[in-house]
Amino acid sequence: MPLRSKDLLTIEQLSVDEINLILDTADSMKEISSRDIKKVPTLRGKTVINLFYEPSTRTRTSFEIAGKRLSADVVNISTSSSSVSKGETLKDTGKNLQAMSPDLVVIRHSAAGAPKILADALPASIINAGDGAHQHPTQALLDAFTIREKKGTFEGLTVSIIGDISHSRVARSNVACLTRLGARVKVYGPFTMIPYFVEELGAAVAPSMEDAVADTDVIMMLRIQMERQSAFLFPSLREYSTFFGLNLERLKRAKKDVLIMHPGPVNRGVEIAPEVADGPYALILEQVANGVAVRMALLYLLIGK
Amino acid sequence: MLLIRGGRVIDPQNGVDEQLSLFVKDGKIVDLFPDAGQHKHNLAGARIINAEGCLVVPGLIDMHVHLREPGHEYKETIETGCRAAAAGGFTSVACMPNTSPVNDNQAVTEYILDRAAKSGCVNVYPVGAITAGLKGEFLAPMGELREAGAVAVSDDGKTVKNSELMRRAMEYAKNFSLPVICHCEDTDLVGNGAMNEGCTSMRIGLKGIPNAAEDIIVAREVSLSELTGCRVHIAHVSTKGSVDIIREAKSRGVNVTAETAPHYFTLSDESLETFDTHFKVNPPLRSARDVQSIKKGLKENVIDVIATDHAPHSSLEKDVEFDYAASGIVGLETALPLALRLVTEGVLTMRSLIEKCTVHPAQILGIPKGTLGRGCDADITIIDPSAAGRVDVSRFKSKSRNSPFNGWEVEGRARYTIVKGRVVEEGCAPG
Repeated sequence: MPLRSKDLLTIEQLSVDEINLILDTADSMKEISSRDIKKVPTLRGKTVINLFYEPSTRTRTSFEIAGKRLSADVVNISTSSSSVSKGETLKDTGKNLQAMSPDLVVIRHSAAGAPKILADALPASIINAGDGAHQHPTQALLDAFTIREKKGTFEGLTVSIIGDISHSRVARSNVACLTRLGARVKVYGPFTMIPYFVEELGAAVAPSMEDAVADTDVIMMLRIQMERQSAFLFPSLREYSTFFGLNLERLKRAKKDVLIMHPGPVNRGVEIAPEVADGPYALILEQVANGVAVRMALLYLLIGK
Repeated sequence: MLLIRGGRVIDPQNGVDEQLSLFVKDGKIVDLFPDAGQHKHNLAGARIINAEGCLVVPGLIDMHVHLREPGHEYKETIETGCRAAAAGGFTSVACMPNTSPVNDNQAVTEYILDRAAKSGCVNVYPVGAITAGLKGEFLAPMGELREAGAVAVSDDGKTVKNSELMRRAMEYAKNFSLPVICHCEDTDLVGNGAMNEGCTSMRIGLKGIPNAAEDIIVAREVSLSELTGCRVHIAHVSTKGSVDIIREAKSRGVNVTAETAPHYFTLSDESLETFDTHFKVNPPLRSARDVQSIKKGLKENVIDVIATDHAPHSSLEKDVEFDYAASGIVGLETALPLALRLVTEGVLTMRSLIEKCTVHPAQILGIPKGTLGRGCDADITIIDPSAAGRVDVSRFKSKSRNSPFNGWEVEGRARYTIVKGRVVEEGCAPG
């Protein structure tokens, strides 16, 4: 196995060499999606289960397409159609799935640490597709892949992550991944959403929105979850978009070649103005396209051969 | 009849710390005398216990346990909880009222005492509820609870949110000389927090509970104690802020005492890195800095008592995602060796440690225990402080296994646990 662990649960578990191996492998996988016949036999006879305890369009489809382009059999399970609603524990669900001999299980779950329960209990490989506010390692890898494609290197780059850092698994994984690769990372948002001790991850807290936007090479906007409005975290969506949203006015002060990213789904007009989301520097759809390549790479590295 | 000889007898209540023999008859301590000394007793037929190399101390008291009966017998019963207590060297336990039904009336208190008399091998002291159903709405009938045998009141597991109600509870408890045991957590600040708010919670994405959630309510209970003159006991202190607030309150003469549990002076929140639900407990394991403050608080007698908050849970509650897991650690069978580490580390003297597990809880609860005085109940624990062993949860007498200390190499254990002159446990866990 070219990766040390059978599972991908966190970015922290990966060495820089392993991250680079994944990104390099994704490079060669990306071409497959541009072919007329988008399928190679690499994972023929392998079974991949997508076990999604949280709603997801992008990530689940991305894993499904990645598996199918490599000829794996992909099975999707979402909470509404599983035994979860009947009260079965995650461990029991995992063991039952294992009895059907899958090679890899992709899990998304609202509870931090849930993928580890499966990884400890199952011989199959486990990929964490997002667990609570903990980690979303494949998102961070596809973001790193996208930045590397555009900028060529991480050395000397500054990346600003703006929005709800406290509740964001994307932010946690991205800070870990980008700092490992040599970039500087700044975070900004309402201080109700910036967790204490975030510096321990290697990220700096930007002093202002202006600083976060102006003095940076990549701006990563995070989705604001509408339901958090009721949790005392900010007064209104209007105020949020005024002070923490990315609009054309703010963008004027950014570097000319700044890259704008967003893990999706986008709340247009809240954290990002439509003109910015659709503008020339926005990489939002490229991120999605690269997601397939990165996930193909991971499936191949974890269960290929 | 029992003759315990050759041991070092430590009885802080009576200022005793020397090599003595102890003679027990009819469930009472009859006499203490030098091993080789003269005495007037007829020892014929007495069982002789050789306590060489051991400490002979008043039976340990755990003033904070959950025995789960009635209502949650699949986790623990009064019988198994008492056996766990005996195995850990405890001769008396005070059990919290969050059973089902709640111990907020005479019938439940009597039921517990009745079950304890029939199936319990150690002394059981029920703690009644402060508010009916632990709901924080109306006072529980404290007079009736006292008459039935409750030794204190507490809504343990919950804070009485309404400060006016807590004030009245303290005033009313004074009528019946009941101490009020306070579980201190600001419910709103805790929210759905799953662990201590700190570097680890930030890293692993679990929702944090700030120290302030505890400190704020400790400060409130101190203020209310000052207002009402009620005896207030702060349960399971976990933060530096609480220690500082209680220290300051005591220096002003406020009628407040406090306890902490072994996990709060042994473990910090870094242990949660692996999402192991056995480390999930309420209040949560705090930072290494808080652990140091708890030790300092013990050393300076700001914290009067070591109590386990023995909280049995089955795998149904623990073998699940961290967010969904129940909080709680079984403590009775690991408390003694963990507490003895405080002596090894120089935090406490042996005498001070014994005080915190005997005299102090007995005084707070107003029970005639925690002493080896002549004529007193022969509740005695014989401790071998150097017996080494490995904690093995599969050998616990408790029905539950939810201990984060499984596999730990520890030193010190109870060799004999004696309740009213009867040896209820020999050999004793762990190892």
